[in-house]
Amino acid sequence: MSAPNTLTIAAARDALRKRDLTAVDLTQACLDAIDGAGALNAFVHPTPEIALDRARAADTRLAAGEAPAMCGIPLGIKDLFCTEGVPSQAASHILNGFRPEYESTVSARLRNAGAVMLGKLNMDEFAMGSSNETSTYGDVVNPWKVDDRRLTPGGSSGGSAAAVAADLCLGATGTDTGGSIRQPAAFTGTVGVKPTYGRCSRWGIIAFASSLDQAGPMTRTVRDAAIMLEAMCGHDPKDSTSADLPVPDFEAALGAGVKGQKIGIPREYRMDGMPDEIEKLWSEGAEMLRDAGAEIVDISLPHTKYALPAYYVIAPAEASSNLARYDGVRYGHRAKLAQGDGITEMYEKTRAEGFGPEVQRRVMIGTYVLSAGFYDAYYNRARKVRTLIKRDFEAVFDQGIDAILTPATPSAAFGLGELVDADPVQMYLNDVFTVTVNLAGLPGIAVPAGLDRQGLPLGLQLIGRPWDEAGLLNTAQVLEAAAGFVSKPAKWW
Amino acid sequence: MSRIDTDTARKVAKLARIAVPEDHLPTLAGELTRILGFMEQLNEVDVEGVEPMTSVTPMRLKRRDDTVTEGRMPDRILKNAPDAREGFFAVPKVVE
Repeated sequence: MSAPNTLTIAAARDALRKRDLTAVDLTQACLDAIDGAGALNAFVHPTPEIALDRARAADTRLAAGEAPAMCGIPLGIKDLFCTEGVPSQAASHILNGFRPEYESTVSARLRNAGAVMLGKLNMDEFAMGSSNETSTYGDVVNPWKVDDRRLTPGGSSGGSAAAVAADLCLGATGTDTGGSIRQPAAFTGTVGVKPTYGRCSRWGIIAFASSLDQAGPMTRTVRDAAIMLEAMCGHDPKDSTSADLPVPDFEAALGAGVKGQKIGIPREYRMDGMPDEIEKLWSEGAEMLRDAGAEIVDISLPHTKYALPAYYVIAPAEASSNLARYDGVRYGHRAKLAQGDGITEMYEKTRAEGFGPEVQRRVMIGTYVLSAGFYDAYYNRARKVRTLIKRDFEAVFDQGIDAILTPATPSAAFGLGELVDADPVQMYLNDVFTVTVNLAGLPGIAVPAGLDRQGLPLGLQLIGRPWDEAGLLNTAQVLEAAAGFVSKPAKWW
Repeated sequence: MSRIDTDTARKVAKLARIAVPEDHLPTLAGELTRILGFMEQLNEVDVEGVEPMTSVTPMRLKRRDDTVTEGRMPDRILKNAPDAREGFFAVPKVVE
């Protein structure tokens, strides 16, 4: 058998159930891999004691039989999820020292299913970023490398993507507000699912933009994503936007094929200046689905161009409100005060010291677009555009389109530091293909589909109908099989 | 196009309760202007008669009984506070 930490979730589950492998050995293999991967800076709070305790408990359950699919599977948890007694600081200095007294619903579901938490994963501060360079813990480095440059794993779930790609864990939780699961998945040759808004409970996940945030799985295969997603989702009375709908058996829905399915190719996603390699990959992806029996249909999503500016009004507006709670009173960092400083100085100094530059920028943009006199011109207009973007999708689904195929990102992974001095808007363009999906509340998945000429992974995105994660995963697996992506990063760390 | 000057940047920073040093305000104003400039594209869209989105899924929010389900755990609630005294969060003097 190959090294246990390199197994897929599906293979590990089968080996654990047959008792060919123990959860303790599997967990130890991951802990050793994490120990040797400091250069990637993916795991920022490893929890080996918790991991081994849970692995022992999983072995007991497995020995008794009837253990759930995720029982004994070692996972990384993004630092955005509150985990009881374990640092949870959204990669921000302002939550330094915060150890929640409670567990997020998603991580609790995984824990209850017997999954093993290996530790907390690095990310962009408050999930605001596309390169994992805004973290208080420092940059995450992509395990993929083609020359001397250190590449970004993408963001904001960059630690999750790097850890899964480097075989430090079998799967990881991510969150996606504008592309934060799908873009890093594409940059690291892994699979990432952003479920329909409401599928996963947001309770206990540190909020960025509440109307857009969704948790999802990051894994090495589509099958693994199906297995892990099923354990993560379900109704939660503690999140009023959580959907009270039955959770299908996503894994059982795989293998149905795409014969007779209609796959839409939106013409507005053909952007000026798109690298020809991305364009080529996209047509090849369509060809693969056609060969598998799907019908490829040209479609139009006319408001696509306005998704990114609408997002960069709505998300900062919600963030400025959500992040108001970081005031130095209840948790985390409080600035040292000077003689005579009052409560306002405490707030202002605490927030200036605690938030990094990108978070400060977004909080201030949000404050501005919500302020008297600008609320209608920016915030309300953006929410109206959001309605139009959602209608675009409804119209194509009404025409009988089952899923939409697009590129996942406008480029392969870029070098760390390459965009640091650029206009912030340059960084925002990373989300151009993914952000529409959050605005419309739809499920989306990034699937690795090939390598560019430098040898870096490229991903394609499939977008599904609301609540049709099962159909989406099935189509994604057809694409995965046809693309036959098996490359792994060569170990240099 | 909206131009954020240093006075507006100072005002926004104040509203956001983030201390921004005076010498950084011009840079901040420039960044905010560029980001808002990018958003100006939204003015090209005809939004006449379009409802602003309030909920992305067409579901009604669930109602629940307004009852106390948990409580009586001040120690756990104060556990992460930078300054807690006698069962309270402590802050600098607010009222003279």
